[in-house]
Amino acid sequence: MNAIRIAGLTKKFGDFIAVEDVSFSVESGELFGLLCPNGAGKSTIINMLTTLLIPTAGDAHITGYDLRKNPDGIRNNIGIIFQDPSLDIGLTGRENLDFHAMMYNISSNERKIRVKEVLDIVGMADKADILVENYSGGMKRRLEIARGLIHYPKVLFLDEPTLGLDAQTRRTIWDHIRDLNRNYGTSVILTTHYMEEADYLCDRIAIIDHGKIIALDTPSGPKNCLRGDLVSLTIEGNIDHIADALRGKEWVRDIVQNGKMLDVIISDYERNIPDIFQTAGNLDIGISSISLSKPSLEDVFIHLTGSTIREQEGSRKTDKHDRMRRRMLR
Amino acid sequence: MIQRKVVYVLWRREMIKYFRVRSRIVGAIAMPAFLLVFQGMGFRRVEFPGLPGSIGYFQYLVPGIIGMTLLFTAAYAGMSVIMDKQFGFLKEVMVTPASRVSIVLGMICGSATTSILQALVILLMSVLLGFRLPLISAVLSSIVIMVFISMIFINMGLILSSRLKDFHGFSTIINFIAFPLFLLSGALFPVSNLPAPIRVLSYLDPLTYGVDALRGILIGYCEFSIVQDVFILSILSVLMVCASGYFFKRAEMF
Repeated sequence: MNAIRIAGLTKKFGDFIAVEDVSFSVESGELFGLLCPNGAGKSTIINMLTTLLIPTAGDAHITGYDLRKNPDGIRNNIGIIFQDPSLDIGLTGRENLDFHAMMYNISSNERKIRVKEVLDIVGMADKADILVENYSGGMKRRLEIARGLIHYPKVLFLDEPTLGLDAQTRRTIWDHIRDLNRNYGTSVILTTHYMEEADYLCDRIAIIDHGKIIALDTPSGPKNCLRGDLVSLTIEGNIDHIADALRGKEWVRDIVQNGKMLDVIISDYERNIPDIFQTAGNLDIGISSISLSKPSLEDVFIHLTGSTIREQEGSRKTDKHDRMRRRMLR
Repeated sequence: MIQRKVVYVLWRREMIKYFRVRSRIVGAIAMPAFLLVFQGMGFRRVEFPGLPGSIGYFQYLVPGIIGMTLLFTAAYAGMSVIMDKQFGFLKEVMVTPASRVSIVLGMICGSATTSILQALVILLMSVLLGFRLPLISAVLSSIVIMVFISMIFINMGLILSSRLKDFHGFSTIINFIAFPLFLLSGALFPVSNLPAPIRVLSYLDPLTYGVDALRGILIGYCEFSIVQDVFILSILSVLMVCASGYFFKRAEMF
């Protein structure tokens, strides 16, 4: 059974279309990533799927319940960790968990067991009776994850779970998410704009921009859509000659000259890098260094959306940089 | 549709937070206590036209100050909703299967309890200052009136909070509404002393009937009749609960 099935989901705010005709399915037990820049409609999608907003058009089924007809069925089966903190800082960690469980009508004995269980999962048992206002950012996040789990949701929504956390805490949280998914079979929908996070955690990702899905694949899938490798060469000798010579080859997609550096996008590097050396040798031009890189999800993003992750928009320098990178990737 | 457990959780949360934050209790009681002490003591010997000679000003003032305590603490209940909105807690509650009605009801119960607790503290304080000790039955029936008063103004605050997002806007508007309601209500002086055009406004003020009923019960003097007061208060309470339920259903919670 699909954990989530979305068909033609659309949300308009007046004339503004925040989400346009989004369709995808998430398998039971899958770790699914929504990768998008800020303002791309990600939060609107999450808010619709968690019953906080009513869609303008389209349908969604979560764990078999219809979003429009049975929102309470969905509410009983999902957990969500919001992007912004949503704990009551005037209460202790334990109280936050206990009160949340009561909202789901879980009996008192069962609550005690579950509170202990989820506190252990996130390793917060010794901090449970401290007021949340004294918690660090990472501790708050872990408590929120614990809270999201206490009613044993079949589907867990994580909206930017590691935003603003340090690298070490982020890694811990990634591991929690992964364990959860593996050990309990919880389906996870994760939104992020960290490429590495999507890359590290997700079975499949969808890339969303301007309210539309622009790619839906496995993390290695969208990477393949670039189907090229970036070779950076440092040239000793006449750089124009070798650039002209390489431009003639059919396996070269693009060339960018930068002082003594030559960035070449090629396909099938295993076979074609020797050819580069051959060409250089024939022209009596030396290559003093070479580096090869696989395009990252970030590059994929730029390739697909024509912009880098949008937070950087507006800065002239990055604009120029973008244009250069885009040209490189053409 | 009403889930008792949800109502209970939200009520208990309010109680825990109320007793945990001492400054909140002191802050909420300080203002009415000052008025009680200085206004009450200072005007002790003043004979107000329109008051029977047997009732001193202090006796007259106490129910008014109790009404004021209820008005201000109840109206500020909306403030905790704004806080919950800003801290994201409300959104968290909204994704649980708890029904909207139960959520609003839980908030109302929590705030009503704290308002009434505060009003009772003021009552106790005024007995220490020389207020004639009312019968226990009178205290119990005054609690019924307190429930009505806090219902009306809690829902006023909740309705406002369903439309607003920030603290400053909320407290400005609440003060703008609550002070005239307080001054018009006859809490400090008999409404009959106001010029006729302003008196009309007093008769539109729900607190006027609340304070009058409290006076009738606690000191045996009232301008209208207790039956009339209770009638108006109960109708208004029901209307306000319905109105805030309506506004909350439509409200954007984040």
